[in-house]
Amino acid sequence: MAALGHYNYWIVITVMMIGFYAVIARGNMMKKIMGLNLFQTAVFILFISSGKIIGGATPILEEGVTVYSNPLPHVLILTAIVVGVATTAVALALAMRINEAYGTMEDDLIIDDEARSEGDHHS
Amino acid sequence: MTIVELMPFSVLVPLIAAPVCAMLPGRNLPWALATLAALASAVIAATVLPHVMHETLHYAFGSWEAPIGIEYRVDAANGLVALIISAAAALALLWARTSVNHELRPGSQSVFYGLTLLCLAGLMGIVMTGDAFNVFVFLEISSLSSYALIAHGRDRRALVASFRYLIMGTVGATFYLIGLGFLYIMTGTLNMVDLAQQLPAVADTRVVQMALVFIVVGTGLKAAMLPLHLWLPNAYTYAPNFASVFIAATGTKVALYVMIRMIFTVFGYQYSFSAIPLGAVLIALAVAGMFVASWIAMFQVNQKRMLAWSSIAQVAYMILGLGLGTVAGLTATFIHLFNHALMKAALFMALGTIFYRIGSVRIEAFRGLGRQMPWTLTAFALAGLSIIGVPTTAGFISKWYLILAAMETGDWLLVALIVITSLMAVVYIWRVVEAAWFHERPQGAKTVSEAPLTLLVPLWLMVGLNFWFGLDTRLPVAASGAAAKSLFGVFAGVAP
Repeated sequence: MAALGHYNYWIVITVMMIGFYAVIARGNMMKKIMGLNLFQTAVFILFISSGKIIGGATPILEEGVTVYSNPLPHVLILTAIVVGVATTAVALALAMRINEAYGTMEDDLIIDDEARSEGDHHS
Repeated sequence: MTIVELMPFSVLVPLIAAPVCAMLPGRNLPWALATLAALASAVIAATVLPHVMHETLHYAFGSWEAPIGIEYRVDAANGLVALIISAAAALALLWARTSVNHELRPGSQSVFYGLTLLCLAGLMGIVMTGDAFNVFVFLEISSLSSYALIAHGRDRRALVASFRYLIMGTVGATFYLIGLGFLYIMTGTLNMVDLAQQLPAVADTRVVQMALVFIVVGTGLKAAMLPLHLWLPNAYTYAPNFASVFIAATGTKVALYVMIRMIFTVFGYQYSFSAIPLGAVLIALAVAGMFVASWIAMFQVNQKRMLAWSSIAQVAYMILGLGLGTVAGLTATFIHLFNHALMKAALFMALGTIFYRIGSVRIEAFRGLGRQMPWTLTAFALAGLSIIGVPTTAGFISKWYLILAAMETGDWLLVALIVITSLMAVVYIWRVVEAAWFHERPQGAKTVSEAPLTLLVPLWLMVGLNFWFGLDTRLPVAASGAAAKSLFGVFAGVAP
């Protein structure tokens, strides 16, 4: 049962690896962005779940309560989420521009396209 | 205003100027504001540096003392890096106007300069802060703006290069964040000094070891440590020329600084080098980087790509100094950090100046160019001497201290490897010199005139600095020595 006691970590590892796999193994840029999001979200869960204290109350001062959960990871991850949103926005904007320039978001097709135009004119 | 109160302004000035710059109309106003803001940041950094040579200054934001609040904590190490970054940015911006006018649409220039300032603010923030999470936030500010800077390149391949950099850069930053998460779970703090005090109690756990591994890999990715360098060549090649100058002179160095800061200040060098085989791994990767990257650089047709590969090799020298794990090694790392900013900025500026006239950076387009653009190509050759490490140049000082540090450990093989890879630099610089001076201008190639003074003056200023700091080594050597000593002392004398 000890292994299941930290089930949050198992969730984190699973989600993280799914995301990381998508980033590495998928050639489609949209799928890469989705994978990156999953990967980041897993880290957010790692932080936030570490703030939970068993038996701890919501961190608002109240009489008769002595054990509170730790609110700091939530605040940190709020910042990290904003960073993640910004990253996704920039990535989507780039993917859109790439789609306009190449007519595709597939890595393989872009590499082929480059190889062909490299042969045409030495730029 | 005391010096401590002045310190945060080297981050705040570019940060506040950035959105203003992005909203200014025209082309000259945004450029002028960006240059002034970077200069102001550099002046502040230069004012602060003498005060931090022997002591550590810290500024608590909103008077919330650490570890509750976020503080800026500056010692000789980040004082020096802050000066390198801001001064390189200011000099690059001086050069920028003509090149940016040539390469970017007028409408996108104010945003471009705004992004440059934002990137500078992020880099300065990473360097100044004493809070490990704050480093992550600034890391992403600088990274996101550099992705956008690179994507401004005229070639559509700039977009793909920027996208790949974004994917790898975000993975690197997230690795750093995972490492921080582990540290926070174990200690409940994110302030660097506080972490350093709390970690020894829990140091002997797998979690803390893994935290160190994640942080070294994450920052190594950002610093383009072989084999995590794949994003760099295309990003530098297809970025607008100004962005190449700016990012090559600043980006990887800041990532390396974070690695050094975490290894030495947060984990402590004794722990870092004994808990995992850090020294051996770093030296092995550095040697591989020096060789592989220099080798690939020798065969590049596109000369911006040649300089990009050369950058990977030069970062490897810095990692080698770090991997030695001695005061002399770390001193050499900081000296090379300083000098490499000078020489790479000069070389990329020279290439950008050539591109301004002939519209190409391919080696065959350089044939016979030496007689038509003598000042530009002489500048390139002189900056090239610096990267090779010829005496009287800044590059020689770097190599000298690195070789001394390697000799101190008694590893003569490393000394030989440093010399051999320096000779490889002779090859890739010589190819340009040979094309420019020892070949006739091909039939039908258009005759070009020398570049305008707005490009040449900052370029020669940068080349001049390469020789200035090759002859007068007091500033980089004294500051690097103080930086290395303060890192080995782990903020000695300020522990409460």
